[in-house]
Amino acid sequence: MPYITPLMPAYPELFLLVMVCVILVVDLFVSDDNRIVTYALTQFALAGCLAITFLTSSAQPAYTFSGMFVDDLMSDVLKLLVYAGVMMMLVYSRAYVAARGLFRGEFFMLVLFATLGMMIMISANHLLTLYLGLELQALSLYSMVALQRDSAVATEAAMKYFVLGALASGMLLYGMSMLYGATGTLEITRLAEIIFYGVARDVVLVFALVFIVAGLGFKLGAVPFHMWVPDVYHGAPTAVTLFIGSAPKLAAFAFIMRLLVQGLGAERLVEEWQQMLIVMAVLSLAIGNITAIAQTNLKRMLAYSTIGHMGFLLLGILSGDLIGYGAGMFYVVVYVLMNLGSFGMIMVLSRSGFEAENLEDFKGLNARNPWYAFMMLLLMFSMAGVPPTVGFYAKLSVLQAVINAGYVWLAVIAVLFSLIGAFYYLRLVKLMYFDASQDTAPIEPHGDVRMLMSANGLAMLVFGIMPEPLMALCIDSIQASL
Amino acid sequence: MTFQTSVFYAFSAILILAALGVITSRNPVHAALLLVLAFFTSAAIWMQLQAEFLAIALVLVYVGAVMVLFLFVVMMLDINLARLREGFLNYLPLGALVALLLVAEMIIILGGRYAGFADMPAPPPLPAGYSNTKELGRLVYTEYVYPFEIAAVILLVAIVAAIALTLRRRKQSKYIDPARQINVRREDRVRIVSMPSEKRD
Repeated sequence: MPYITPLMPAYPELFLLVMVCVILVVDLFVSDDNRIVTYALTQFALAGCLAITFLTSSAQPAYTFSGMFVDDLMSDVLKLLVYAGVMMMLVYSRAYVAARGLFRGEFFMLVLFATLGMMIMISANHLLTLYLGLELQALSLYSMVALQRDSAVATEAAMKYFVLGALASGMLLYGMSMLYGATGTLEITRLAEIIFYGVARDVVLVFALVFIVAGLGFKLGAVPFHMWVPDVYHGAPTAVTLFIGSAPKLAAFAFIMRLLVQGLGAERLVEEWQQMLIVMAVLSLAIGNITAIAQTNLKRMLAYSTIGHMGFLLLGILSGDLIGYGAGMFYVVVYVLMNLGSFGMIMVLSRSGFEAENLEDFKGLNARNPWYAFMMLLLMFSMAGVPPTVGFYAKLSVLQAVINAGYVWLAVIAVLFSLIGAFYYLRLVKLMYFDASQDTAPIEPHGDVRMLMSANGLAMLVFGIMPEPLMALCIDSIQASL
Repeated sequence: MTFQTSVFYAFSAILILAALGVITSRNPVHAALLLVLAFFTSAAIWMQLQAEFLAIALVLVYVGAVMVLFLFVVMMLDINLARLREGFLNYLPLGALVALLLVAEMIIILGGRYAGFADMPAPPPLPAGYSNTKELGRLVYTEYVYPFEIAAVILLVAIVAAIALTLRRRKQSKYIDPARQINVRREDRVRIVSMPSEKRD
């Protein structure tokens, strides 16, 4: 029997894998002074993936590799955003990693491997590939956190991340094995069909669901599975923190959509996971926003704010309808943009031997450089959800979805905690504009960073004034994929 | 009792005795050797289940590679046995409790409603010429080629990460570049000094 697999839907993944191998070999022949070649090749690989994904995208879902791989509109849109996020991260972090001796081939290699893992997760239609993609991404991230060997904080963070990540993977895998036991299949579309027509043992399904939601909570960093987030965000080199906080969140969103919504989206199961997500969302909003107030380290503060933002993402998903999923996706995209900008700013202000990671380091930024202070102001306003910026619209659309689903009390709680959260974002704005600067070193990033930072900050305003195209894209892509 | 079941019981008995020996023997080398025996017998039981690939893989990978490494390490390390055995009685009640819990859990699972023997009937016997290994190979390279390749990529990540995390140039390293070592000429190393002969006093 001839066995022919259509490879076209998986062209971006194949291209990236080939490029990774090419870069791996080329990097061996490049001297340390010319490491920029590796950097350029990495950017070229990502740009190539971007072009291929864009040119081969279609609204019609295409399956290949015996139903293990799916290429639909949601995967295309999310992949394009992942490439963009990784490329931005590389631009922001180039000077930073070069100053810290991390500008090595392995850094780019691991970034590309993690990206490949994210792409595999986004396009997975099989629990096996979903899990393998997750591991590929996670293993690359663990080692990236530990890449700065001489830093004790980074090593500790990597250790914590690794141990807790392994625990979460174990839980996820246990839940998946129970799903297999209950339904006899690992393919997500088949799984959904079998569950829809009713299986004999709903108890096993619910049991599996508990483990899967716990595993997902770990990966997202939602309370009560959030313990690793502050330490990892704080301990990792800022470039790696930026990476962990950006593109993987898009992949995590895809993971939830594939597993919870597509695989376990039968009505009687939705009720079950809705309850669990409500608990996780409320706790994340509360602990994330309240604990962030007490932080003096900006990276730690942003880590707690991430926990709060993940609460909002869960709110969108637990609404359980198209509007809710669309709002969730919009929120993740906006969150990734804000995250790229704010960690990027930390790297812009850092220089060799100095990390601008404390709140005091931002004092009087307006006097030192009004334009960057204004960009940071836009980013912080967006995180807090102040109206003309896009963060406001993202929060608003999630709240609308929650109210539509009939959870008015949840929306009230979310608004209350956002108000509390606004305090620490605005405190940073106050420090930048009204306090005297202690640091007078000039801020001179490369031209590409300057342009990107301006674009990133202004995007907060542009999307805030015209959110409709992005929102429509999110809702359309999810509609075409469900 | 058919021939097959009697063989099964014989192997199971050896397996259990060997496993007991692993945890009770005083000498770590004996324990490692008994573990090899346990692996061999479980491979034989797998063979009875018509899973010949798994049986061979177990022998090759665990007995052939892992256990040899284990024995090597055990022989290299000078383990203080008396220290290891300290406080054995203190832990006994806790250990017994854990063992009891495990047995109870096994009974609940195997006899329970959700995953009992009734739910998992024995598969029908396979035809005579059926090759497990061939089937596995066919599936891995056709239907499961995608996850198989991803697993390969994960191993590549492991290599890259291991090198990135551990390799660094040490200043006090005695490493010599082989190319330079080979290209050494006599003139670089040996200096012939001509000096007048001296008288021994």
